[in-house]
Amino acid sequence: MDLFEYQARDLFESHQIPVLAGAVATTPEQAYEAATKIGGKVVVKAQVKVGGRGKAGGVKLAENASDAKEKAKLILGMDIKGHTVNKVMIAQAAPIASEYYLAILLDRANRNFLVMASVAGGMEIEEVAHKTPEKLAKVGINPNIGIDKVEALEIVKSGQFPGDIADQVADVLIKLWQAFVKEDATLMEINPLVKTADRKIIALDGKVTLDENAGFRHPNHEELVDHAATNPLEKLAKEKDLNYVKLEGQVGIIGNGAGLVMSTLDVVAYAGEKYGVKPANFLDIGGGASADVMANGLSIILGDSDVKSVFVNVFGGITSCDAVATGIVQALEILGDKATKPIVVRLDGNNVEAGRKILNDANHPLVEQLETMDGAAAKAAELAGK
Amino acid sequence: MSIFVNENTKIIVQGMTGSEGTKHTKRMLKAGTKIVAGVTPGKGGQSVDMDGKHLPIFNTVSEAISATGANASVVFVPPKFAKAAVIDAVDAQIALVVVITEGIPVHDVAAFYAYAVSKGKTQILGPNCPGIITPGKANLGIIPADITGPGKIGLVSKSGTLTYQMMFELRDFGFTTAVGIGGDPIIGTTHIDCLRAFQDDPETKAIVMIGEIGGDAEERAALFIKEYVTKPVVGYVAGFTAPEGKTMGHAGAIVSGSSGTAAAKKEALEAVGVAVGKTPSETANLMRKILNG
Repeated sequence: MDLFEYQARDLFESHQIPVLAGAVATTPEQAYEAATKIGGKVVVKAQVKVGGRGKAGGVKLAENASDAKEKAKLILGMDIKGHTVNKVMIAQAAPIASEYYLAILLDRANRNFLVMASVAGGMEIEEVAHKTPEKLAKVGINPNIGIDKVEALEIVKSGQFPGDIADQVADVLIKLWQAFVKEDATLMEINPLVKTADRKIIALDGKVTLDENAGFRHPNHEELVDHAATNPLEKLAKEKDLNYVKLEGQVGIIGNGAGLVMSTLDVVAYAGEKYGVKPANFLDIGGGASADVMANGLSIILGDSDVKSVFVNVFGGITSCDAVATGIVQALEILGDKATKPIVVRLDGNNVEAGRKILNDANHPLVEQLETMDGAAAKAAELAGK
Repeated sequence: MSIFVNENTKIIVQGMTGSEGTKHTKRMLKAGTKIVAGVTPGKGGQSVDMDGKHLPIFNTVSEAISATGANASVVFVPPKFAKAAVIDAVDAQIALVVVITEGIPVHDVAAFYAYAVSKGKTQILGPNCPGIITPGKANLGIIPADITGPGKIGLVSKSGTLTYQMMFELRDFGFTTAVGIGGDPIIGTTHIDCLRAFQDDPETKAIVMIGEIGGDAEERAALFIKEYVTKPVVGYVAGFTAPEGKTMGHAGAIVSGSSGTAAAKKEALEAVGVAVGKTPSETANLMRKILNG
């Protein structure tokens, strides 16, 4: 789960990482109040989970609270790369002397965590890595050892931070590591980390990604979910414990296993080129495809008005195909008149003959069976293209 | 021959007394796998009946090894307790731990992986993987045992059901070993580990490698193939049409920016002579052509 900047700021603050005063606002009036409370000049910053908001006009300096209100009016409701701005952060403005970069992230290739630190901040770190690699320290961290002061100082030194602030930056790095571990983060980035005119080191902007698998350790992370941005069908699917992602197309997809469903999306997309249709969603019903799970899945997909046909693609591994077929038949009984779109089914694997027979015997007018994944994908695409 | 597991692999199941553990222990036994004991902390001294076969339960992996001589473990414990279970197995210096559990926090995986590396005795497969099967000899995990039998193909895959699908497509040829390495951001055994083992296994004549979007494991595997693998390899990558920024089921399956795309992976594999199929059936046909000469 990616956090908004203001959420990252609050999280940093709760772990004693130095930040400026800031508050979130969803209306110009709230922006006024927040700016009054902070006092003096403030920055009004669009809260969107996408880069490039500065260039898009989503960050504006305000002279005072009334100005902050006006600036918030301009920014709220803006569209930045397809993201609507529903919130702004009002942040204290501070004179900046220098901008640096500091981040900890999951390193898949090395199967540990990676600290990146650089005296060159404020721009995309890929640019720093490309143009001035000597200014970027990249150090792998053993999760069972962590970062102590000695290590932190070495990293800061190899990131070419000036000696007079090395100690302060090392302290921020240690706190960032502690926060990274305690919150089960996979990314914590401070960009820029700044030195103010009065030589304070402050995290001015942050990106945080939290591991949803660790949710059981962090009941409070639930509050950080951005419900406004969640597609209503995705929300419904989550409530039913289904792994669903809404896409842009017309062929509804249900399958078992993440890899097979991804593969199904591809096969349908290829087959759909001819008919001008694409997959409408990703939906993995997992290993045990019971009638209830199948009914929940089908009802979500049939509730998507973009869907013109449905492709159920199941390879019976542990689950046997007769159970899946029974699930489909029962699901259609449960759904009754709500099931209105053609459903193409491909079953293979464990107990496939019995599964196909159950569907044949049920003889439901909406259901058509095909033997291969490619053939079924072509049929589903054709039906959606009609 | 085979890789990692064979008819001499003696297996314990961590979490055997749970519902998943019980269900799959029975399946694995039925497939001829030598399961010798279960481990559930607090239930040591009990014995469980697995369709007529009585298996002892121990509190720790170390006790189970002392009593049975086990050399591999399959982990079915829930995410909350998975880290402790794997650490227990590593402390007992077991040779192989297959972690089936889905949904383990990545910090826990990073910790137990680093711990296993520091001890230097234990190979980890997974987490969030279907396991490994050497048909007719050993089946550790949840891969259906009856899709196909022994043969000459080695298979390594990030995805469970795509493993089954590919085994099914190539069922007339059979497999030396099929390994599901899992789709999490951090995994113990990689494509490269399996490619090396298949290259070194005299019985394996050709290799199928299945990848998916996210990370750069396939790109690194391609470099390894260029350096080390002389046997024919065919590849498949799932997720060509996956949009950026959406996680596709597996925690690791996400395209971020220009990194992790299926197209980049396909390109990297083709650059080193791997034939990459657009669909599972096309991939199977590429392999069929190679094996039929």
